[in-house]
Amino acid sequence: MSLLLWVAFPYVALASLVGGTVWRYRYDRFGWTTRSSELYEKRLLRVASPLFHYGLLFVIGGHALGLLIPEQWTSLVGSETTYHAVSLYAGTAAGLAAGAGLVLLVYRRRRTGPVFAATTRNDKVMYLLLGGALLLGIGVTTIENGLLGGYDYRQTVSPWFRGIFLLDPRPELMEGAPLLYRFHVVLGFALIALFPFTRLIHAFAVPVKYPFRPYIVYRRRTGTAPATRAARRGWEPVSRD
Amino acid sequence: MRVMAQLAMVMNLDKCIGCHTCSVTCKQTWTNRAGVEYVWFNNVETRPGQGYPRRYEDQEQWRGGWTLDRKGRLKPRSGGRARRMFTLFSNPLLPSIQDYYEPWTYDYATLTSAPLGDDFPVARPHSLISGEPMKVEWSANWDDDLGGGPDLARRDPVVERISDAVRLDFERAFMFYLPRICEHCLNPTCMAACPSGAIYKREEDGIVLVDQDACRGWRMCVTGCPYKKIYFNHRTGKAEKCTFCYPRVEVGLPTVCSETCVGRLRYIGVLLYDQDRVTEAASVEDDRDLYAAQLDVFLDPDDPAVRERARRDGVPDAWVEAARRSPVHALISKYQVALPLHPEYRTLPMVWYVPPLSPVVEALRDSGHDGEDAGNLFGAIETLRIPVEYLAELFTAGDTEPVTAVLRRLAAMRSYMRDVTLGDPADPGKAAAVGLTETEMGEMYRLLALAKYDERYVIPTQAAAEAAALEETACSVPGSGGLDGAAPVSGPFGEASGPPPTPTAENFHALKDRQTSGALTRPQDRRGRVNLLNWDGKGSPDGLFPGRDGDGR
Repeated sequence: MSLLLWVAFPYVALASLVGGTVWRYRYDRFGWTTRSSELYEKRLLRVASPLFHYGLLFVIGGHALGLLIPEQWTSLVGSETTYHAVSLYAGTAAGLAAGAGLVLLVYRRRRTGPVFAATTRNDKVMYLLLGGALLLGIGVTTIENGLLGGYDYRQTVSPWFRGIFLLDPRPELMEGAPLLYRFHVVLGFALIALFPFTRLIHAFAVPVKYPFRPYIVYRRRTGTAPATRAARRGWEPVSRD
Repeated sequence: MRVMAQLAMVMNLDKCIGCHTCSVTCKQTWTNRAGVEYVWFNNVETRPGQGYPRRYEDQEQWRGGWTLDRKGRLKPRSGGRARRMFTLFSNPLLPSIQDYYEPWTYDYATLTSAPLGDDFPVARPHSLISGEPMKVEWSANWDDDLGGGPDLARRDPVVERISDAVRLDFERAFMFYLPRICEHCLNPTCMAACPSGAIYKREEDGIVLVDQDACRGWRMCVTGCPYKKIYFNHRTGKAEKCTFCYPRVEVGLPTVCSETCVGRLRYIGVLLYDQDRVTEAASVEDDRDLYAAQLDVFLDPDDPAVRERARRDGVPDAWVEAARRSPVHALISKYQVALPLHPEYRTLPMVWYVPPLSPVVEALRDSGHDGEDAGNLFGAIETLRIPVEYLAELFTAGDTEPVTAVLRRLAAMRSYMRDVTLGDPADPGKAAAVGLTETEMGEMYRLLALAKYDERYVIPTQAAAEAAALEETACSVPGSGGLDGAAPVSGPFGEASGPPPTPTAENFHALKDRQTSGALTRPQDRRGRVNLLNWDGKGSPDGLFPGRDGDGR
């Protein structure tokens, strides 16, 4: 069970993330969009969307800080108590911002007729997972780290997480972590696994090139269209449709 | 100088009867799908009126187009690159569906399925957005023909810019129709605003398109475009826009809106422009200089230097030829009777308009004067400030001078041609008064009044351009010496080295040889080859048959 949850599942999720993204890029670039509903309703969106997205950006930044950077490195800069305070207060603030944004967005989605009509089952599953992961995330930050006095996940969860990427998985580290952490991690990886198959994929469309490209774009008429396959060498089976 | 070619359009507003045929055929062709129910790539607005989407011309509100920053450089009015990156998550400047209109259909089924009763069953409108029954309160041309009264028309942003004194009774003064498609600008803001870089301008014909596979639905283009002619498909989550019917124009057919135009008021043709000067022209300081600046960017295809340069920049000969015959070039640059729509947005639009003279003529007729008389018309253009000021706000950023000049030309043409038609002696003075010769007057009249299908639409095909490019890719067998008469191939490393001569060069030499040699075959041609195409069938030229002694002679 431990092996399944803390070794096999993360690798499957990551494979799904990478494979799914590649597949989507090759065969479904047309479906790769934010699927914005701003045309239907923009008053609530104006507040909720930036709140959620910026909150989430800070949450992701916090995860990078906590999971990827070893404890020895941060201890060179500041003490453990400083880190704990930053993680607790900044983490809670970011988490609450994202959470509040998400609540508003889901409320808007449910209450605005056209927006609800444009919501797919895929979206609902995604919102459930995202909301669950976010709630548990806020939970571990406030309950485990705040009310219960603090749990140093950088002794267990972080080395385990890094181990996955270093191809040195150590499932025994996760055994000792509190239940809330373990649930949060499982939901997080489930979200990662589904990521490329939901509307979340638009996060990979961040226009990083925009600040550096010229305003006016010229393109030649010819050229291979994207998402079409080049002819294979040799014989191809004749299609029968 | 870098010469580029673009397909452009001119619409003669005097001829528009507001029948909306262009809009309907365009909709049937391009936007009769779910997600774009509210979208009209082509729409016809009654002016004065609010337009579609409502009050789109109010850039204080929508912030479309470009503005100049403190250093005098162009910047999208809605914000530069950094601002756009930080406001990616919501775009308050996006018009909502209510600003366009909520599309609807009717519940036709009740007409046949309603139970028998005393009342007639009624098909009620249902929203295509939410599916709920709705009250229809606005549409793409709700204020058509000044419907809805002066209160609606008074909210026209252009009217609001005209001085109060003039504004008082404008609704009694005039009305005309303004068909609009995407402007396919030289300096489009939609493109500049697109974070994904999905909007591009085609090098070959200047058509602005959205790459549907690259668009990620950020909706910034809708904000960027001051004409609001790029739309968000709310089903697919992608931007869509007028395509200038590129599948049609590529094969030489006019766009659907032009093809079906009842008034035959649209002209399509090639314009040559200097790409290097586009940004410079778009950033001139005074809004009112933009019209002249854009005129200056266009190149004269009759100028040999321009033609030479165009060839070097890869503009196909067929396109340069088309540019010489282009009705659009004639109306814009030669006779200068066409004006750009809202040049003050600094996008350098490429769909131009011949402003209507009819408001002036009608005003004269209503006041009991002869509306065709040149003297009356000239006087009226000077004194009837309402239409002229309104047109100036539309076409020249408020500068009445170019509008007056155009209207005077049109008035002079009317009066001159009336003399001709009625059998009176033509008055060359009328042509000279507006800076035209009598021949030019006749040609302009023909173009504006009579032009037939192939004069209105001079559209070179892409196939012709491609064929010309392909010609040079064919190659003969290296070292074979090419065709008849061409010099044997001999590169720097001896026989058969170096590139083969191009077929056009070979054909050129072969043709020259045939045309300049008196003999059927050149006696000195020891290879004994005969060009059978040149053989008239008489006698037997040397080399046609092998010699009896076996040496080939």
